[in-house]
This record gives sequence, structure tokens and C-alpha cells, in this order.
Amino acid sequence: MQDRNLSLSNILFNRSIQGIFYQIVTLGLVILAIIYIVDNTARNMVARGLASGFHFLGVEAQFDIQMTLIEYSPTSTYFDSFIVGLLNTLLVAGLGIFVATIVGFAVGIARLSSNWLIAKLAEAYIEILRNIPLLLQIFFWYFAVLRALPKPKQSLEFADSFFLNNRGLFIPDPVFGEGGTLILYSFIAAILISIGIAVWSKQRQNTTGQTFPVFYSSIGLLISFVFLSMLATGFPVTFDYPELKGFNFKGGIKLIPELVALTFALSMYTASFIAEVVRAGIQAVSLGQTEAARSLGLNPNQILRLVIIPQALRVIVPPLTNQYLNLTKNSSLAAAIAYPDLVLVFAGTALMQTGQAIEIIGMVMGVYLFLSLMTSIIMNLFNRFMRVAER
Amino acid sequence: MIIRKLTILSAIISLFTVSAATAGTLDTVKGQGFFNCGVSQGVPGFSNPDSDGNWSGIDVDVCRAVSAAIFGTPDNVKYVPLTAKERFTALQSGEIDVLSRNTTWTLSRDAQIGLEFAGVNFYDGQGFMVRSDSGITSAMELDGASVCTNLGTTTELNMADFFRANGMSYEPVVFEKADEVVNAYDEGRCDTYTTDKSGLAAQRTKLADPDAHVVLPETISKEPLGPVVREGDGDWADIVRWSLNAMIEAEEFGLDKGSASSTCATTGNPVVARLCGKEGGNGAALNLGDSWSYDIISQVGNYGDIYEANVGANTPVGLARAGSPNASYKNGGVLYAPPAR
Repeated sequence: MQDRNLSLSNILFNRSIQGIFYQIVTLGLVILAIIYIVDNTARNMVARGLASGFHFLGVEAQFDIQMTLIEYSPTSTYFDSFIVGLLNTLLVAGLGIFVATIVGFAVGIARLSSNWLIAKLAEAYIEILRNIPLLLQIFFWYFAVLRALPKPKQSLEFADSFFLNNRGLFIPDPVFGEGGTLILYSFIAAILISIGIAVWSKQRQNTTGQTFPVFYSSIGLLISFVFLSMLATGFPVTFDYPELKGFNFKGGIKLIPELVALTFALSMYTASFIAEVVRAGIQAVSLGQTEAARSLGLNPNQILRLVIIPQALRVIVPPLTNQYLNLTKNSSLAAAIAYPDLVLVFAGTALMQTGQAIEIIGMVMGVYLFLSLMTSIIMNLFNRFMRVAER
Repeated sequence: MIIRKLTILSAIISLFTVSAATAGTLDTVKGQGFFNCGVSQGVPGFSNPDSDGNWSGIDVDVCRAVSAAIFGTPDNVKYVPLTAKERFTALQSGEIDVLSRNTTWTLSRDAQIGLEFAGVNFYDGQGFMVRSDSGITSAMELDGASVCTNLGTTTELNMADFFRANGMSYEPVVFEKADEVVNAYDEGRCDTYTTDKSGLAAQRTKLADPDAHVVLPETISKEPLGPVVREGDGDWADIVRWSLNAMIEAEEFGLDKGSASSTCATTGNPVVARLCGKEGGNGAALNLGDSWSYDIISQVGNYGDIYEANVGANTPVGLARAGSPNASYKNGGVLYAPPAR
């Protein structure tokens, strides 16, 4: 009798069994809450006569979209409009991340410059841009740019082939004729050979200590390969020039002012944060590293490129990832200036026309979650790659 | 921006949590002493706040009429300004009880997204506005034009239909808020601005130089605008529908705001007597007091009163009523109320 009591209290007061018990209870409550929410939502939707389900994705959308990277017309489906919006979001986020990274690194390094004027200019840039709300900056760039640019008939033109007006920037569209694929292949070949050279030079440097100008030789390879292949095929590239027809230019490639303003505002804003991240990263590398590199006879450029930045990147990459995620999510402000991103096209027009708020907002939230997680994964892999090897 | 995102999110969340019972809007409204009326963010003549935050307009007067019918005073209304994109979600989720925001009655809205239209308070059609100096005189000359318009409206679908049907190309530039559409058009981003013609007349007053713009003669769609309620509460829909009908019928029988009290005191016409609440028991059928229609007419006015005060020829919006579909059927229009008996 006493033994059984003892074993029962043993079970009741056993820490790990208690832990498992509480976890099961918590899990059960979460599942119950989810079931309740789903069930209640479904009941509410039926009670209010709301359509539900994803059938609408196969229905004709019947509206137009200003900028589409894939073939799209009013007879396309709502799912096509989803893809159009998604690609436009990816485009502006990709462009924004690219520009913001370059500008951010440049400003961050300039902030630490020993030149007083450059350092102060960089500081002013950072303090002004990161302290003004992004939406205001987007409006500023959009309406400031619109106001400054002329009408289509008074376009600013360059060499009769580039046109700039308040409808956008129009540039010639290259059309590859016969033999165009050869140029593409030679371009790819040049890249592959450059990678080979980089690997070879790294090995040679490890064994003999001799360096090789990888960067310049790669550039030379790229230019000469493409030029030679063009010469061999007799310049098969023609251009589709933009032409003024009626109200607007037709033909060529068109960059709408909404895309330009949004990319500019997003990248300038995010660059001010990236600059601070870069500064912090560089300052986290101890001064002894610079002094040691200098005593080895490296020049300032080499010190920055070979000693400081590789070590600073370990500090920079995690907060940089945050900035990339912010930029992607901030791109949803596009709706304010008519850039047809996912929020404007799908969570805007498509939602209004179908009324299926739950499905559509769910899909849009899923997309942003997926994009953010993918960015995180890529940046984590990069971070692991950049980690200093423990010796 | 974030606030507006939150509106939609909170509306969706309320679908998760609010109990399924949606009937009984009238009881809830009577209990709290007011109701929520969704309006625009500012369309002169339809729903527009003044500098003190007082709302006026023909859409606002529908809300005021409903308030007069229920409470005997037109002022027990809380106005909720909404973008075109938010309006239906706000109604579905119970954030507002009546949506009176120049909303077009269409099949898909009525049948698919849980809405019930309670009538038409303005017959409209979509048109185009261009700069006078562009030399354009017809919508058929708009091939290749950049077109500014508002997100989440029937306008977007109509213009797609119009340009497709006529084999013309165009560039749609779609903004979330009406003010940004006007601003972008004014800055020259677009060759033309399209929305309902009443909207064009109203928004034109906001342009830097209203006289430098003309509205093209074509009307490319039918836009019957009217108040909307949630589907599933027929009693509440009846109150909104008959508040509007009472204003239209009052005009047909010559009962207006100024003369309501004297006419009602002396009338021998049974139809007028019913509108005055002296005969018929219409109030009990709607669960309202018998003076409901008299309160509307004497405090808000009949349809002619609210039309002329807000959008008529003598207002800045300046839409002449004679010859338009909004004239009474007696004068060649299509305004015709079922009998209130």
C-alpha cells in the first residue's frame, strides 16, 4: 500500500512527466482554438451569404493591369492576376534590395571616412532619410518626379532612342535575330571560364602565394567573347525603338514612373539603415586587425577588401537580413502610388470584385511569409558560408 | 496606410470571433441610440465633411432619413469614412450598419458577396474627363491614352470592357484613394480621368483649374447608386428601403420639407395622410413609430429637396436634374417609388 502511494506521488511530482503533461494540455488548447476559429468563420460566412472557396481563381478577371511581366488581358483568370501582382512585387523588391545594398555599403563606408566632408555628408544622408516616414518619401519622389518631367510631346530625348517624360522612361528593346543564341552561349562560357580562373588563382595563391588579377581578366573575357561572337554572326541584334504614337510612346521597353519612384524611395530609405549596419559591422572589427594588415604591407584598399569586410560581414549579415525583409514588406505601400503590386492588384482589385476577403488576404499573407522565410534562409546560408573558419 | 490595413484585418478577425447571429440590427441600433453609416472619404455633393466635421450630401441624407425614421431625429448617425476598397468588408463584418457611399448595384455584389441593395438614390453612368487643350472631343479618340482611376470600383471593369469592345489600347493607372487619382491626373500623369459622371463633376471642383477640363459626352455604363445593407436581416433592409421610397413618394405627391407640417394638418388625400403618419399603420409594419415618414420629410426633406440642396444645378457640383434619369417619372425620368401602403 505504501509502495503504491509512493510510486503515484513519484509520477505526480516527476518534473519531466509534469512537463509533458503541460505541453499536451497547451497543444490541445491551441488545436481547440483553431477548430473553433475555423468553424465559427465558416458559420459566419454562411450566415452572411458570403461566397467561400478558391473557385474564383479560375474565373475571368475582366480588369486590366498597368504593368505585366507575363502575358495578361482582361480575359485572363484571377490566378493570372495573382501571378502578375506577385512578379511585380518580386521585381520591385529585387531591384530595391540590389540598389539599397550598393548605396548602403557605400554610405556606410563613407560615414567612417577620414575625410570630414564625406563623413558628414554620409551622416546627414542617414539621419534625414531614416527619420522621415517611408510613405511620405514615396509620395515625395512620385509627385516630385511627375511634376518635374515634361509631357510626352515635349519628351527629353537622347540619340532619338531614349525618351523620358511623365509617362515613364522609354528605351530601345533589343531583338535577337539569327545567331543570337551564340552570343548568349559565349556570354555563359565567359562566365564559366571566369569562375574557373577564380578557383585556379585561389589554389595557386594558397600554394605559391602568387596573386592573379581575376577581376580584370574576367571583365576582359566577357567583353571580348561577346564582341567576337557578335562579329562572327554579323551583329544579329536589332532594336525596337520607342515611337510617339498618339498620346504615348509605343514599342521599346517602358519603365513606368511608379516603378522608378517606388524603387528609388524604398532603396534610398533602406540604404540609410543598411549604412548604419555596415558602420557597426566595420567598427566591430578591432583596430589591431587593421594595424596587423598594414604591417604586412597591404594597401588601404586591400585592408578593407581582404581583412575588414570579411570579418565585418559576420556582424553585418543578420541585421542586413532584417533590412531586406523590411524592404520586401514595405513594398506593399506601392498601392498608394498606383504601382500594380500584389497588394494593389490582388488584395485590392481582385478582392473588391470577388468579395472573398479571407481567401485573398490569406494568400497574400502567405506570399509575404514565404518571401520573408526564403530571404531568411538564403541569408542564413550566406552567413554560414561567410563564417570565419575556427582553427 | 497602416490604419487602413488594420481596418480590413480587424474586419476579418471579427468574422472569426463575432457570434453568428446577425439578425436584429434594429434592436441593437435602438439599444445603442445610433447606427453606423459608411460614407466616402469626401465626394462633394454625395458625402463630404465640412471643416467642423459635419457631413452633408445626398448619400449622407439617406443615412439621416433612416435616423429620422428610427429615432425621430436625423442626427443619431455615426459616419464612418471608407475607401472603395474597404467598404464591403466593413459592412460584412458589422463595422457599419448601412453603406451609403455612391455604390453601384450589380449582380455579383448583390448575389455573391453578402450584400443587399436597398434601392437607388442616384442614377449615374461612367464618363471621361480630359484637359480642354488636348483637343479631344469624344471617348472614341482615347486610343493609347493613360487613364487614371480608383481602385476597387465597377469603373475598372467598365473601362476594360469599353476599350476592349472598341479595339483600343490604354494604360490603366489605378490608385487606392480618390484624392491621389485627382492629384495624379492634375499633375499630368494621365490623359484622362474616368469615374461616374457625378463623381467627375464633384472631383472637378478639387482640380487646380476646374475650367481647364471638360467631361466627354459618352456615357459608357449604367451606374445605379444606392444604399446597401448586410444580407440576412430583412427587417433592417426594409427600413432603409422604405426610408428612401418615402422621400421619393413624398415628392410625387407634393409633400416637401418646407410645407410638410401645414400640408399634413389639412390634407384630405389618403396617400398623403399615410405619409404623414395619420392613417394606415405603416409604422407598425416596419417596427417603427407611425410618424416615421413624417419625421423624414419634415426634417430631411423629400427627394427633390435633398437633390437640389446637394448636387442640383445651383450647387458647386451643378448636375441639372431636368432631363436626367434622376427626374421623377412624371417628368420623364426613371425615379418611381412603389406605394408606401
